[in-house]
Amino acid sequence: MDPEIAKTQEERRKMEQQLASMTSLTFDTDLYGGNDRDSYVTSIPVNEDEDNLDSLMDNEVARKLASYTAPKSLLKEMPRGSDESDDVSGFKKPQRIIDREDDYRKRRLNRVISPERHDAFAAGEKTPDPSVRTYADVMREEALKREKEETLKLIAKKKKQQQEEEEAAPEKPPADSSAAAAAAAPKRRNRWDQSQDDGGAGAAAKKAKTSSTSDWDLPDTTPGRWDATPTPGRLGDATPSASVGRRNRWDETPTPGRVVDSDATPAAGGVTPGATPAGMTWDATPKLSGLATPTPKKQRSRWDETPATMGSATPMAGATPAAVTPGVTPVGGLDLATPTPGAINLRGAITPEQYNLLRWEKDIEDRNRPLTDEELDAMFPQEGYKILDPPASYVPIRTPARKLLATPTPMGTPLYAIPEENRGQQFDVPKEAPGGLPFMKPEDYQYFGALLNEEEEEKMTSDELKERKIMKLLLKVKNGTPPQRKTALRQLTDKAREFGAGPLFNRILPLLMQPTLEDQERHLLVKVIDRVLYKLDELVRPYVHKILVVIEPLLIDEDYYARVEGREIISNLSKAAGLATMIAAMRPDIDNIDEYVRNTTARAFSVVASALGIPALLPFLKAVCQSKKSWQARHTGIKIVQQIAILIGCAVLPHLRSLVEIIEHGLLDENQKVRTITALSLAALAEAAAPYGIESFDSVLKPLWKGIRSHRGKVLAAFLKAIGFIIPLMDALYASYYTKEVMVILIREFQSPDEEMKKIVLKVVKQCVSTEGVEADYIRSDILPEFFRNFWVRRMALDRRNYRQLVDTTVEIANKTGVADIVGRIVEDLKDESEPYRRMVMETIEKVVTNLGASDIDARLEELLIDGILYAFQEQTSDDANVMLNGFGAVVNALGQRVKPYLPQICGTIKWRLNNKSAKVRQQAADLISRIAVVMKQCQEEQLMGHLGVVLYEYLGEEYPEVLGSILGALKAIVNVIGMTKMTPPIKDLLPRLTPILKNRHEKVQENCIDLVGRIADRGAEFVPAREWMRICFELLEMLKAHKKGIRRATVNTFGYIAKAIGPQDVLATLLNNLKVQERQNRVCTTVAIAIVAETCSPFTVLPALMNEYRVPELNVQNGVLKSLSFLFEYIGEMGKDYIYAVTPLLEDALMDRDLVHRQTAASAVKHMALGVAGLGCEDALVHLLNYVWPNIFETSPHVINAVMEAIEGMRVALGAAIVLNYCLQGLFHPARKVREVYWKIYNSLYIGAQDALVAAYPTLEDEQNNVYSRPELMMFV
Amino acid sequence: MQASDRFNINSQLEHLQAKYVGTGHADLNRFEWAVNIQRDSYASYVGHYPILAYFAIAENESIGRERYNFMQGL
Repeated sequence: MDPEIAKTQEERRKMEQQLASMTSLTFDTDLYGGNDRDSYVTSIPVNEDEDNLDSLMDNEVARKLASYTAPKSLLKEMPRGSDESDDVSGFKKPQRIIDREDDYRKRRLNRVISPERHDAFAAGEKTPDPSVRTYADVMREEALKREKEETLKLIAKKKKQQQEEEEAAPEKPPADSSAAAAAAAPKRRNRWDQSQDDGGAGAAAKKAKTSSTSDWDLPDTTPGRWDATPTPGRLGDATPSASVGRRNRWDETPTPGRVVDSDATPAAGGVTPGATPAGMTWDATPKLSGLATPTPKKQRSRWDETPATMGSATPMAGATPAAVTPGVTPVGGLDLATPTPGAINLRGAITPEQYNLLRWEKDIEDRNRPLTDEELDAMFPQEGYKILDPPASYVPIRTPARKLLATPTPMGTPLYAIPEENRGQQFDVPKEAPGGLPFMKPEDYQYFGALLNEEEEEKMTSDELKERKIMKLLLKVKNGTPPQRKTALRQLTDKAREFGAGPLFNRILPLLMQPTLEDQERHLLVKVIDRVLYKLDELVRPYVHKILVVIEPLLIDEDYYARVEGREIISNLSKAAGLATMIAAMRPDIDNIDEYVRNTTARAFSVVASALGIPALLPFLKAVCQSKKSWQARHTGIKIVQQIAILIGCAVLPHLRSLVEIIEHGLLDENQKVRTITALSLAALAEAAAPYGIESFDSVLKPLWKGIRSHRGKVLAAFLKAIGFIIPLMDALYASYYTKEVMVILIREFQSPDEEMKKIVLKVVKQCVSTEGVEADYIRSDILPEFFRNFWVRRMALDRRNYRQLVDTTVEIANKTGVADIVGRIVEDLKDESEPYRRMVMETIEKVVTNLGASDIDARLEELLIDGILYAFQEQTSDDANVMLNGFGAVVNALGQRVKPYLPQICGTIKWRLNNKSAKVRQQAADLISRIAVVMKQCQEEQLMGHLGVVLYEYLGEEYPEVLGSILGALKAIVNVIGMTKMTPPIKDLLPRLTPILKNRHEKVQENCIDLVGRIADRGAEFVPAREWMRICFELLEMLKAHKKGIRRATVNTFGYIAKAIGPQDVLATLLNNLKVQERQNRVCTTVAIAIVAETCSPFTVLPALMNEYRVPELNVQNGVLKSLSFLFEYIGEMGKDYIYAVTPLLEDALMDRDLVHRQTAASAVKHMALGVAGLGCEDALVHLLNYVWPNIFETSPHVINAVMEAIEGMRVALGAAIVLNYCLQGLFHPARKVREVYWKIYNSLYIGAQDALVAAYPTLEDEQNNVYSRPELMMFV
Repeated sequence: MQASDRFNINSQLEHLQAKYVGTGHADLNRFEWAVNIQRDSYASYVGHYPILAYFAIAENESIGRERYNFMQGL
């Protein structure tokens, strides 16, 4: 991608993020679908949202193209078209996962792959080694983090207060405020700024004053910031791209002093194995600065500090020896020369865009490099200048960054040796991967760079060699060709235990966190994990959390298959590691401060529950949901229940009561979020349990119904949702009572301006109304007036989701109250001035009328309705959706004969619109004719239809294919209804006009035209001269090429009709000629057509010509003939007995042909023949044919052997199993295995097909000394 | 089996066949096959009442006894 574009996109993303973070403050994201709730995809649709997806897409496109007036079809094709433009080659372009992720999902990159943990099972009674992380350690860290978070929030709050005070007292001298800020500054973590320049405090103060979007001021919005920061114990490269998403503000203005520093340190970090998180970014670092003292010197030492726990730290790219050697990472090595903030990312993953950007920067750098002595000599005059000696203290470093990188400065880390500079390094060209390894992408170097160094292989220890082997295999899996991938995958699986869990996961998991990962690559790596898991089994325990960190994000991926894969892995993982380990691994995440972590953990837990059974998890869930320590834990626990309900659906029923009991207290929780999620969980449970399980919800009914009276806003919405799902479970009596209770609140909330609330209210009304116990009278008197007053307003039609919901709810109400009530209320609105509103009215009327018919509608309403519909139909301007058309059709069809008085007016409208300038209008008019043709016939308006027929006939010159297709469809409808004889224009005029249209290549035109022609050929062939039919035959041959199967089928059938009408000879000649064409599909369709002709005109009219054609010495023709025979015998079935003797010589010849396809096709002909004539006394011919088929049993080509086996099966049916068994016996114990195998295969299918029949036919076996093989019973004779 | 064979219908066919007890394979010996034949025969006798009646007459046994005997032979 163009770096410019990338930059703009980046900026836009940043802005959106800011925007999103601002919005998320204002309403609860759990309920109101802010930026995070929207982004979830519930794998099992909880509500109707899922079905809205396509319409949403329409809507989006429609919105984007609002100003265009292209026809709908074009608009519809737009999204598809743009997709296809990507894959001109026919292949899907590889897609990076990160490109389609939203900010919320990108937070997965903020997570760190935690170091492995103590496995209590493996260790037994032993006290764990202090260096190993145990559950207690992790919990302590979490607690620490939470505390830190709290403190930071407090600080932020305090700061804000302070700032407000400052603003409140502007008369204070600025010096004071800067001093105050300076006093506050140490609390903040930007000591770097402070230490670097003395004015930093003032600057920081200024910043604090001006920037309203300071990090601390938005505690909720960017939680990822400090969550992301690896704590010393959990260092890892899990945050490689955090800086891409949110760049700290001090990154953007690097001071000179910092440039050097920032450059130097990462280099140092890069070479200290294990000490620095490879992908650590500057945003992340301030956290660490807590450890450092403000002087620059000490600062550096901070990097070198290796925290004690580091030894067990996560695997990361930086830790590999390869990433250390500059030679292996040529990209990074070169580009670090420019100290840009972007360069910092290099040790993290590098995206191709960054790569390009850096390459460009390097180019500039080359041009601006310091001049050499020679160049200066050439530039300056020889005399008048003197070269001064540099001062003694001067050390000539020209490009410090490069120097530093090339030979890393000794950092004083113990055990560290300066690596030899690799002379063989190539800077620009990626090194050819040795040993047949697949190509590496630039971003792969950090993971697989070590593989490029071949020379050291001899010196490696066995562990290193093992690592190397794993790396090689992984690279092959990731980037290799399919065969490479396959073998590598198999090796990884087979040797999984040999490699060990640690080395394997230390390699695989960071790869999965790579920001540039593509779908396919992720799929492959996940597959590796899955296979490896299976092999490792309980060895996986210490790595459970690591794996979860990587796999959990898959659970909220928008790709369905990714979600399924994620579930599969977690389910396998929990089976391998066991419940205790899973709980120990995930417990600390349950009250993590990051909402993202909690969300994914809840989902993962639900998968664990479904894998290990809900009962196993119940005690734990109970404890979590009652956690006193933090509301987060309770929230997550309840959310787990919700996710379980969503995931396993009706399988919750056995545990429903206990699940409800676990969460019920959450309805009265002090925390609003907990109350909300509890209500949502209850909704999910009720939905999963429907229509059973109301008794389990008894205990929550009271708090729910009490709650709706006391709550407001989003909590109320959640409560209403829960009620909406519970009411349908109730008995009629209770449902009625509870509905009346809740209706008061619902009606009050009808007026709510909140969109979300509106949707939920509508949904709940729908659910209540559709319940049995709710009476129509009650709805009419209590609900309808308010409902229509508040919801049936123009504004509702503008939002697509509201629109849908409103229509659905109204239709549901209509099901209870009847058509007249609803239609009577809205029919006037068909003449409303707002078109979207009219459309909504029309759609509702359409659905209501289709559901319930029109018998309720009285004369007055009928008049109004027709009037309104005509008005709406005529006034429509936008051409999206066929709502008006469908509505019109539905109403007219429902009214039936009652439409008669209005038909002249309708036809007038149609005629007028057929003449319209806009193609869309003409198309709709034609479509309308085909919808109402049947009703017109019912009303005995044949004359009118004839008139319309003539009008349509006149419009056959239409140039828009879509319109032409509709016109043909309308003609077809009319012809169907009034018949061939009464049709005007007469068929003999109509058909010649259609012949040229058959040439049209547009699918819709082709389909409608061939249908019409076929219908005429079927019913009214005699009205048209034979010559015209022959002409049509030739046109039809072309149509056999059509892409759409329906068209090909209609064409083939039409051949049959035509052949019937004009006799088979001519048609057959045409078809047989067509067998000579090259195109396979064309030939296949021709053979089918021949078979159909044979069927409709009896085989004897066709067979002679067909068999004669076999004499043409041309493979295609002969095969075509055989294929036709095969189809023919399939179609004619029993009739075949008269023809079997006639075709036997031909089949003999074909079965002896050298050409495989001949034998194959002949065998399938024999099969159909045998099946057709079974039991009709043709055994002699069949045995004869079997003798020709049998030698082919040793064929290896799959198609041939299939055909042969099927022919033998057919023979079994026709001749009986005994005869085929006798053929079989000769080879069952043949000395050659190859022969035996084939014969046993035949025997087996024989056995399965006719086991019982074989009993009488088994050979008599001689007894051996102890074994009696004879079957004396069969010898008995009375 | 050839590589191409592995994925086509034939392999599935063999898999399907292998699910039935009485089916055989290239390494089946005389004894095993004969056992299958015997069992099939007995099952068939028991399953067809007319045959059972016929045997009963020929052996001068009750039909129930015949059936029992054959069941024991299975």
